[in-house]
Amino acid sequence: MSITLLMCGLLFGGALAWFLEGVKAQSARWVSLLTVLVIGGYFAIALNATAYDFSTLQLLVRVAWISSFHIEYALALDYLSIVLILLTLFLALICVLVSWQEINDKVGFYYFNLLTSIAGIIGVFTAVDMFLFFFFWEVMLLPITALIAIWGHENRHFAAIKFFIFTQLSSLLMLVAIISMSFIHYQQVGQLSFFYQDWLTLDLPLSISQYLMLGFFIAFAVKLPSVPVHSWLPDAHTQAPTAGSVLLAGVLLKTGAYGLIRFVLQLFPQASVNFAPVAATLGVVSILYGAKMAFAQQDLKRLVAYSSISHMGFVMLALFSFNAIAYQGAVLTLVAHGLSSAALFALAGMIYSRIHSRDLNHMGGFWLNTPRMGGFALAFSAAAFGLPGLANFVAEFLSLVGAYQRYPILTILAAFGLIGSAIYGMVLFQGVFHGKCQVKQQAVNDLSSRELLVFSSLLALLIFIGFYPNSILGFFQSDSIIIAINNTVGVSK
Amino acid sequence: MNDAMLPLITETVLACLPFYPLISFVLLISFGKHLSWRVAAGLSVGAMVFSALSSLFVIQQLSIDVPVITSHLWTWFTLAEEVNQTTTSINIKFYLDGLSAVMISVVTGIGLLIHIFAAAYMKEDENFSRFMAYMNLFIVAMLILVLADNLVLLYLGWEGVGLCSFLLIGFWYHEKANVMAARKAFIVTRVGDTAMAIGLFMLFKELGQLTIVDITQSAQTLWTTGDDKAYWIALLLLGGAVGKSAQLPLQTWLPDAMAGPTPVSALIHAATMVTAGVYLIARMNSVFLLAPQVMTYVAWLGAATLILAGIAALAQSDIKRVLAYSTMSQIGYMMLSLGAGAFSAGVFHLMTHAFFKALLFLTAGAIILALHHQQNLFKMGGLLKRLPFETALFAVGLVCLIALPGSSGFFSKEAIIAQLWSSNTAGPLLWTCAIFGALLTSIYSCRLFFLAFMGESRFEQSLQPSSSKLVKYSLIALAVLSLVGGMFGNIIETSLAQVFPLVTRSALNEPNWLHSVAIATPFVGIIFSWFYFASYRSKDSAGLNKNIFIESTSGLANFCRQGLGFDCLYHWLLVKPYCSLAKLNRRDIFDQLIMLNAWYVALLHDVLKSSQTGKLRWYAAAIGLATFLLLLVLSVDVISTEAS
Amino acid sequence: MIAIPLSHILILASILFVIGFIGVITRKNTLFILMSLEVMLNAVGVAFIGAGSAWQQADGQVMFILILTLAAAEVALGLALLIQMQRRFKSLDIDNLSKLKG
Repeated sequence: MSITLLMCGLLFGGALAWFLEGVKAQSARWVSLLTVLVIGGYFAIALNATAYDFSTLQLLVRVAWISSFHIEYALALDYLSIVLILLTLFLALICVLVSWQEINDKVGFYYFNLLTSIAGIIGVFTAVDMFLFFFFWEVMLLPITALIAIWGHENRHFAAIKFFIFTQLSSLLMLVAIISMSFIHYQQVGQLSFFYQDWLTLDLPLSISQYLMLGFFIAFAVKLPSVPVHSWLPDAHTQAPTAGSVLLAGVLLKTGAYGLIRFVLQLFPQASVNFAPVAATLGVVSILYGAKMAFAQQDLKRLVAYSSISHMGFVMLALFSFNAIAYQGAVLTLVAHGLSSAALFALAGMIYSRIHSRDLNHMGGFWLNTPRMGGFALAFSAAAFGLPGLANFVAEFLSLVGAYQRYPILTILAAFGLIGSAIYGMVLFQGVFHGKCQVKQQAVNDLSSRELLVFSSLLALLIFIGFYPNSILGFFQSDSIIIAINNTVGVSK
Repeated sequence: MNDAMLPLITETVLACLPFYPLISFVLLISFGKHLSWRVAAGLSVGAMVFSALSSLFVIQQLSIDVPVITSHLWTWFTLAEEVNQTTTSINIKFYLDGLSAVMISVVTGIGLLIHIFAAAYMKEDENFSRFMAYMNLFIVAMLILVLADNLVLLYLGWEGVGLCSFLLIGFWYHEKANVMAARKAFIVTRVGDTAMAIGLFMLFKELGQLTIVDITQSAQTLWTTGDDKAYWIALLLLGGAVGKSAQLPLQTWLPDAMAGPTPVSALIHAATMVTAGVYLIARMNSVFLLAPQVMTYVAWLGAATLILAGIAALAQSDIKRVLAYSTMSQIGYMMLSLGAGAFSAGVFHLMTHAFFKALLFLTAGAIILALHHQQNLFKMGGLLKRLPFETALFAVGLVCLIALPGSSGFFSKEAIIAQLWSSNTAGPLLWTCAIFGALLTSIYSCRLFFLAFMGESRFEQSLQPSSSKLVKYSLIALAVLSLVGGMFGNIIETSLAQVFPLVTRSALNEPNWLHSVAIATPFVGIIFSWFYFASYRSKDSAGLNKNIFIESTSGLANFCRQGLGFDCLYHWLLVKPYCSLAKLNRRDIFDQLIMLNAWYVALLHDVLKSSQTGKLRWYAAAIGLATFLLLLVLSVDVISTEAS
Repeated sequence: MIAIPLSHILILASILFVIGFIGVITRKNTLFILMSLEVMLNAVGVAFIGAGSAWQQADGQVMFILILTLAAAEVALGLALLIQMQRRFKSLDIDNLSKLKG
């Protein structure tokens, strides 16, 4: 299996779409759809065919890149990255489908950006050379910034710049931490190294590691995002085109969580244990604050954006409880939230394409003409407020049960987020579909077959994972990360 | 061979039991628009028939030798407990014992009758199939709730019925009031659910178990009576029960929930869902028995609710709201009974209450339909002559509600009251409350009956009584059940005897007048009302206006009509602060702080910008001045070094 | 031959330079600014010549010739721009040309 092929395929497909747009207008869409399908199919087949045991990190490629600094091109996979890549590819498909009719300007370049950022995201999930990781980290950001700045809504430039500055500033801290780690490796081994598994063997004094940990932590906390560095997210999500929002909420936020799991927790176990109470508190604050802010919004996409902050708080709380159950909950939250928030953003996009507004005050009573959309919206908002039977419930339940073992008081506070999520879920669903109709009814049509396909595939996955979460959790029962985390707790005892 | 096959068949039937309505739900929600009334009704009612027959079959299989039937479908997820290095599987698994047998027979039996009624009642509604689909989904969730083998699966049903209740209250979503009532119901019960969820976290931390049977076992081995942990867990579970069963202090959603169609009020807000809290406490009796203090709270909450709801029912003018408050009050009895340790009496009352309250609601629905959606009692009157069939049925329901001797309500309510006096966790004071509640019940029932059915007719338009046979048959079936439901007492007693442990009673001497008082109380209430509400049943409607409880705006009546001020209290204490906090911080204080940096940079930009005038001579002068200053500094430096 | 002290030459150069500089910043007419610039250049030239004779080196004169050519080139360019300026803006007021303000 070759992840490089995966990324090159996406880049090539994007470039082809850009080029073919000039030849025939519709072709860009079909080319990107095909690219994603082929790449997804290839990945699935290749996964089945390999004999690796992915419960530990399996190195796939390792070649020299910039040899004077011992920078390498190294990619590796384990179940965590596989699950996240599958999620990414699935949402890529959704992204291509939801922008089918929404984007009519510079279509080819649009799809080029979309596919490039997806290639970058896959790189982030697989890179084990930290310089390479940083490289992909930047690669995935630039196209998304372009997506927001070119195809966004009315306030797109402001949002794009805000998004860019937030992520750049925070990744600067990470760069500093990466370079320092490499120098520490030089001091201890006598040679620079950016290779992740080399770093795992380093013996870091706590006095240094706590600062390095903070460098990584801040970068990932901004991406997650966590209060108080969350404020790029509502603007970016609101102003981005639908596919941009789907990609941001569905996958980009997960890179933050991935970074926390892969780097912060495993490179700096002791420092993270010491820092855990602060991080868990931040998680709880995010849950409650996000839920409260979501309730206050008038803008449909802003509401969903704040609900994402609330959900990612669960991930933060669960990860820093150093508990196997909570860890499973966190991973499942990543998947479940990826699906449910993607669905809600797609919903907002579909409503926008019908009434050209995101303002909840202009909505209401849509059920009359769009019972199908209403039914799906109900299911997706139910997922957002954690209705059992959908994936989000299992995820939140596991997170909270696990977190309760370590932080009872914080978890009880976090559980109040369940009430908050019910409140904003009600505002979302009832605000759009219940009540008297505000706009001309003819304008609001029910789902087209393309939209129906998007929604039903998302819902089917949510229900399947909701009732059979072992399809994902099964991979994480004997996972090395859990063992590592348990060892970490052992350290703290 | 037959004997060998039987357990397997039973298991399969049990496994499929909740899913027939699910199939119907999926079909109705997908193709509902294209189905005729006949097909849609047939589908939803047919699914209920299947479920009812299956539950009859599986209940037949329960016996002394086979006290429990389980059916394991698949493993939902597993929880790895670190401290003891054990893993607990949370299964999708059904567990049938005496208690859940009572519950599924109520849910499928009453559910079937209400489905039949609803099929006729909602025939004209343009969203008929959606309505039946929701009803089916509700039954699925409710069956999962009562059959769940572990608390997580129970929670699934618990939230599922909440969602269906929300959907059905807001079924007529064009009306703002219905929408708000639905939202309120969901959020208020969610508060209770959150308490319950925290209770589950705590249970898992303390016991490492979430399967009900295992909890029962390990709780009894690990904890002693009065244990602190048992206390908190029982209290949190009680929070969930209180929310779902509309008890104090989370009772405010139930009267508003009457905004839904009447079959919904009958099925969800009287017969089944609201009794889920009672079921939960009965199911978790092992934990509650270890926390006698919480048992006392349960009893007191029940007593307080039954009296407050009784008082509020006295002042209502909407027929459905009277019944809603009466439901709260009757569930108060069940809670009181559970708190007193009389679990089987509570469950028995749950069942009889489901019979007669469903009857009352459905008959009220038939009357409301006949009166062109008029629900105000003061606009009815004299229906005895105009709707004799409905009146007779309603009277049967009220007789059971008041608990006149011989009716089903009599058996169950007397069973509760009889156990209060000498219970360890209740006592004479609570017994008095129960008697006072019974008095209130008979008074508000009489008031309702007099206002609606006696006196002069105050409804001018012609009536449109339903001629549907489905309506008639389902109502008659319910009436028969209400009358003879008391006979099931012994069967239930024996089947529950294996589920609930025997609760020891204090050796308090019971005076022998207790029973006579309990039996006499309803009659006292009826005689009192006969004279006190004389004007209601008189032919002279002028007298009606003199009574203080008539739509008067007098402070006390208004206060009672508003549900004793709880709504107002919560509005000012919780809703208002949350909303204004949200409004105040709509622009996100953290964002403002971060954007302060941007503002600061912009300010600096403005300052520097003003120095760039574009005038060449200014630049030249600035260069000159700067050179001069530089030279000055240098020369001062040179001079000072030379001087030293 | 009486040698003129270097300090006198430098004082003369400074005075010339300051006069030229004051001319640059006070005159509005671009032609006069150019002339003032010439005065400043010449002031520097005087200083170079003086210094060259004081140190008995040829460098000073070399530099002066360099400045002279530079000044010639500068005047040519400056006058060309001046003519363009007159054509475009119908004015020689330097303050009118302030498009580069922030």
